[in-house]
Amino acid sequence: MQPAVFEQISKGSGTVTSENKTQTKVGKMKKTILSVAIGAAALGLASAASAATLDDVKAKGVVTCGVSAGIPGFSNPDDKGEWTGIDVDYCRGIAAAVFGDPTKAKFVALSSKDRFPALQSGEVDVLTRNTTWTISRDTSLGFNFRTVNYYDGQGFIVKKSLNVKSALELSGAAVCVQTGTTTELNLADYFKANNLQYNPVVFEKEADATTAYDAGRCDVYTTDQSGLYAIRLKMKNPDENMVLPEVISKEPLGPAVRQGDDKWFDVVSWVHYAMVNAEELGITSKNVDELKASGSPDIKRMLGSEEGSKIGTDLGLTNDWAYNIVKQVGNYGEVFDRTVGPNTPLKIERGLNALWTKGGLQYAPPIR
Amino acid sequence: MAINSSTFIRQDMLAPQPAPLGVSGASHWFRTKLFATPKDTVLTILALALLAYLVPGMINWLFIDAVWTGSDRTACATVIQGGVLPDGQSGACWAFVDAKFQQFMFGRYPLEERWRPILVAVLFVILLVPMLIPKVPHKAWNALALFIILPFISFFLLIGGFGLPHVETQLWGGLMVTLILSFFGITVSLPLGILLALGRRSQMPVIKTLCVIFIEIIRGIPLVTVLFMASVMLPLFLPNGWTFDKLLRALIGVSIFSAAYMAEVIRGGLQAIPKGQFEGADSLGLSYWQKMRLIILPQAIKLVIPSIVNTFIGLFKDTSLVSIIGMFDLLGIVTLNQSDANWSTPVTPITGYVFAGFIFWLFCFGMSRYSAFMERHLDTGHRH
Repeated sequence: MQPAVFEQISKGSGTVTSENKTQTKVGKMKKTILSVAIGAAALGLASAASAATLDDVKAKGVVTCGVSAGIPGFSNPDDKGEWTGIDVDYCRGIAAAVFGDPTKAKFVALSSKDRFPALQSGEVDVLTRNTTWTISRDTSLGFNFRTVNYYDGQGFIVKKSLNVKSALELSGAAVCVQTGTTTELNLADYFKANNLQYNPVVFEKEADATTAYDAGRCDVYTTDQSGLYAIRLKMKNPDENMVLPEVISKEPLGPAVRQGDDKWFDVVSWVHYAMVNAEELGITSKNVDELKASGSPDIKRMLGSEEGSKIGTDLGLTNDWAYNIVKQVGNYGEVFDRTVGPNTPLKIERGLNALWTKGGLQYAPPIR
Repeated sequence: MAINSSTFIRQDMLAPQPAPLGVSGASHWFRTKLFATPKDTVLTILALALLAYLVPGMINWLFIDAVWTGSDRTACATVIQGGVLPDGQSGACWAFVDAKFQQFMFGRYPLEERWRPILVAVLFVILLVPMLIPKVPHKAWNALALFIILPFISFFLLIGGFGLPHVETQLWGGLMVTLILSFFGITVSLPLGILLALGRRSQMPVIKTLCVIFIEIIRGIPLVTVLFMASVMLPLFLPNGWTFDKLLRALIGVSIFSAAYMAEVIRGGLQAIPKGQFEGADSLGLSYWQKMRLIILPQAIKLVIPSIVNTFIGLFKDTSLVSIIGMFDLLGIVTLNQSDANWSTPVTPITGYVFAGFIFWLFCFGMSRYSAFMERHLDTGHRH
């Protein structure tokens, strides 16, 4: 154990030194203390990362997921206090795959500041919290991303009275935007790239910006598209507004796990792929029993009713893992429709989240 | 004869007459309280105009145009917002509070186990009410039951054990968490604060220094910072898999915090006690603790009741800060439920906040009234 400890501590101090090159001698003492502290933190990370999360989860009998503290359609409580949403159902899918029981999922509500430390420290097993997959999160923060359960992106909402059909017609418009966000930067980039003039009206808080837009202080409001759909519900007259088709930034939202635990990473990824494959093959929670017995070879292989199949056990689960997901949680389309889709107040179109066969980006590798 | 001749002297008392109309009755009250001078008259008219401007709108929004029943957002939204109300109507959405009421009270505590917090609440009221009424006897036993036995019973009732299913604190929430945090904070902070205050005034240098350091450090850091450190940094330093219960972190944070403030309040009271009281106690041959318990503290605490209650009220409201560490107290759970798209309308957020504000006000006003009553009750012969 000892050498590993020292290695971690020196690693920690290395990180600190490189980050604080400009610091003077005065800070050296502090740096040493800090580096030990960070080394200790890194130790925590290392032990957390090397642990076999799948075994831990099985031993605990429950999978712990980090979710947002209330984003409509992604994770929010219903009238009974049960969590609902697309991120929540992803977690229930993992529970169904591992235990055959979607109720064996425990949810920890995390703010955007808390979410990464919570995953690093092992407080949660997986982060299904509306988190954009970026290179820095994948590398320096020490997480792994592979699947995207919601393709989001920044969009615009405008007053219908403007008679605008595309964001490219927005030249000269007054745009309400929340300041200090990537949203503001993306907006500037987009208008500059397209040689358009605009007049930004900035606000400190999201709520102020939407109120101002609703009151007519600006022609356009911009934020992530899923957010635009949620905001429509809070408007005094939503029908006078429309969401423009353009999406000016990429926000692939997906689950994150700790690096260095490939087995758990595989389980988390294939839960999503199983849901997408199920939709593609036409398996729903209603017909899954029927198809398990009489479906095509593809379907039977996926649902674990093929003779001598080892797909589930190779994943570290049982062979009916995909059956359990589809039966108890549903395929990707069912989950989408139930949480954010046309049957909910949000009424979000599939758009980028349609299957690849229907013009969207949801594409899952084959289960074979 | 001489006596009888003095018939001009009245034999009986004159019956009291009602005061002349000019100095009593409604007109007098209006004249002296509202329209005494031209300035008063102007101010009265302005205040009345302001009330006339605000009150009807508020009553309209809160009661008349409000929606009391409904099962989702359509009940509270107007037609153009995708609901059923006529366009242009705007009133509180009490149906939202009604649908979420259980959550606002208990958080996500499992439905079939909610009799447990209810039982705790009933026990709490049964023990608290006699504690608050000065005439009820057996105060010592009552205090023992309320402050020592009840917390133990409540702990096992709420978290489980002895055959009851385990309910993790992650699921606790709403008013229940607000009350648990404040009751625990108040129960711990008062005795701890008294000890710290006595320590700070102690002659023994080590104890004095320790108390001063503790008080000054805690008072120097915002509560938000402590809670945030505890929630974000602490897990990184603990071995993997060790998690310190969040509610416990919050309980410790809140109570040491209020203890530091309480210590300074009590110290203010101690300093107001004349030196003669200390010397008098010493001359009777009382020990330090006897002197404090029998002579000094009863007087000192009585002097600072308003400040103590002020600290309690502050503590009660500070508990809403725990929502930043992912615990959902009353305010946190109200905010969380605003993210439910099934209830998302322009009026839902305001309605939720009005409800939370009313509950907070109810408790704070209750504490304030009770402290005023205790001040009057204890005010025996100290008027100079």
